[in-house]
Amino acid sequence: MLSRESSSTLLGAVTAFLYKEARLQDEHQYEAWEALWTDDGVYWVPANGADIDPEREMSIIYDNRSRIALRVRQLMTGKHFTQTPQSRLRRLVSNIELLDQQAGGDIAVGSNSMIFESSLRDDTIWAARNEYRLRHVDGEWRMAYKKVTLVNNDKAIYTLSFLV
Amino acid sequence: MNVMPRASQWGELIRSDRVHGSLYTDPAIFEAELQNIWYRTWVYVGHESEVPKANDYVVKSIGPQSVIMTRDEQGRVNLLLNRCSHRGNQVCSYERGNARSFTCPFHSWTFANDGRLVGYAFPDGYEGQDKSLLVLGRVTRVESYRGFVFGSFAAEGPTLREHLGAAAEPIDRLVRTSPEGEVEITAGFLKHRVKANWKFILENECDGYHPAFVHSSIFGVADSAIGKLYGGASTALTRDYGGGHTEIDLRPEFRKRDVPMSWFGTTTERLPDYTARMNAAYGEREAREIMIDGTPHVMIFPNLFIAEIQMFVIQPLAVDDSVQHVTALQFKGAPDLNRRLRQQTMGSVGPAGFLLADDSEMYERCHRGVLARNPEWIFLGRGEKRERTDELGFKVGHVTDEVPSRGIWRHYRKLMEAR
Repeated sequence: MLSRESSSTLLGAVTAFLYKEARLQDEHQYEAWEALWTDDGVYWVPANGADIDPEREMSIIYDNRSRIALRVRQLMTGKHFTQTPQSRLRRLVSNIELLDQQAGGDIAVGSNSMIFESSLRDDTIWAARNEYRLRHVDGEWRMAYKKVTLVNNDKAIYTLSFLV
Repeated sequence: MNVMPRASQWGELIRSDRVHGSLYTDPAIFEAELQNIWYRTWVYVGHESEVPKANDYVVKSIGPQSVIMTRDEQGRVNLLLNRCSHRGNQVCSYERGNARSFTCPFHSWTFANDGRLVGYAFPDGYEGQDKSLLVLGRVTRVESYRGFVFGSFAAEGPTLREHLGAAAEPIDRLVRTSPEGEVEITAGFLKHRVKANWKFILENECDGYHPAFVHSSIFGVADSAIGKLYGGASTALTRDYGGGHTEIDLRPEFRKRDVPMSWFGTTTERLPDYTARMNAAYGEREAREIMIDGTPHVMIFPNLFIAEIQMFVIQPLAVDDSVQHVTALQFKGAPDLNRRLRQQTMGSVGPAGFLLADDSEMYERCHRGVLARNPEWIFLGRGEKRERTDELGFKVGHVTDEVPSRGIWRHYRKLMEAR
């Protein structure tokens, strides 16, 4: 464990990182968001609960690094009609906690988020628990893992085509 | 129109090459569809492999109604309505599980998983009551074909086999993708809601005209070979099997390629275990044919869409509210193929799918579009003049032609006019 002082410094740095990620997502800065990932990043949005086995059961998103890149490239075409025009988005991120911090390794971080989406269809509110593994790479924080557990992921949900 | 059309009036809304926009948006027509289609004809409910053991259950639906599919102690599959025979409370609140009985939380009435009422609280208040008159409601007829369980609320009418008609053959073709001849539905469902009428989904499933445009964003960046299948030079076909069942037959293109597993964008070298099992099960010549032809792309009216690597179940909730339940097809005895099927399915479909997010966007924009009342009609005339009959007597057209939509509406009109 880190000392209380360094833990508080770390929490500040992590919070700044999560806020930045949220802003890049809300503002559809796809490439800048993609650059936040490590080379082995995994982006996971499970369906039907929080503890399914994504290797056996359907998830809403279960992207390895190359599929994250494909997702971003599709958004960049301007012809991904579900995001043309883009959803207007603002999200609040809170309840940020350092869940597991081992010196020199990835740190596990948790947060909650609430997202307001305004699209051609309607206005939609999304709520989620987020779990990250963050890694320090070349002096910058990077995401090695992000799991987004939507509160209503066991129900029928509308198209979720922005970066959640 | 806010009044349900009389039988004689459906012909004014449904012509051979066009249908009236109100068919998608009129709540009275939606109510009429529930009565004449969803609560009468055979509707796909679930798959036997979802309740493999005695007392397994899974909650499914027919239209807006919640249906519990159970396997009872005798091994029979039952389709029970999720409604207590006492005061109407839902007796089952979990999506799946294993239970010999369901106890209603309201007054503790208990039903066996075959629907029998086995007990109620304080029975002395029901002196002389015949419990057999207070069973759970059930879907009147239940039949399955190759593991696919269908239900019909009509006591009489065509058998499931008669309902499937020629569209049974694509299901036969599908199960042969498994070296053991069986499909398994074991990967869980994504549930994708759209604010659109269910028929926009139904008609799009075998619409080969849209992929080149709606899906150009993913075909371009994924370097996909799928786009060519739906191009102007494609030899793939659209087919109307009758009975509202339709198909996009991609086999002519896959046979031209003549490469096993090319239909799935892979090779036998990458699936050595699967290839060996297929060769052992069917012999090398037949296995090769199966692995060249691939799985079907067939829409079983009104709600089961077998989309090569995944299965969709269309559920209408209201005139402008529908759910697509989708999962990866899994083939018994094919673990290495199944893994890839799950990965591909997760990328393609569901609320965040590379393909279905855009399809669903079209459904919703079409629904809002047809609320405008001029022109009144949806034009479905593409390829009507070049439609032909194949060697088995089915109407076929170019892959981009609207043969399937015309076939769906021909059958729809027959069902709606029936009394």
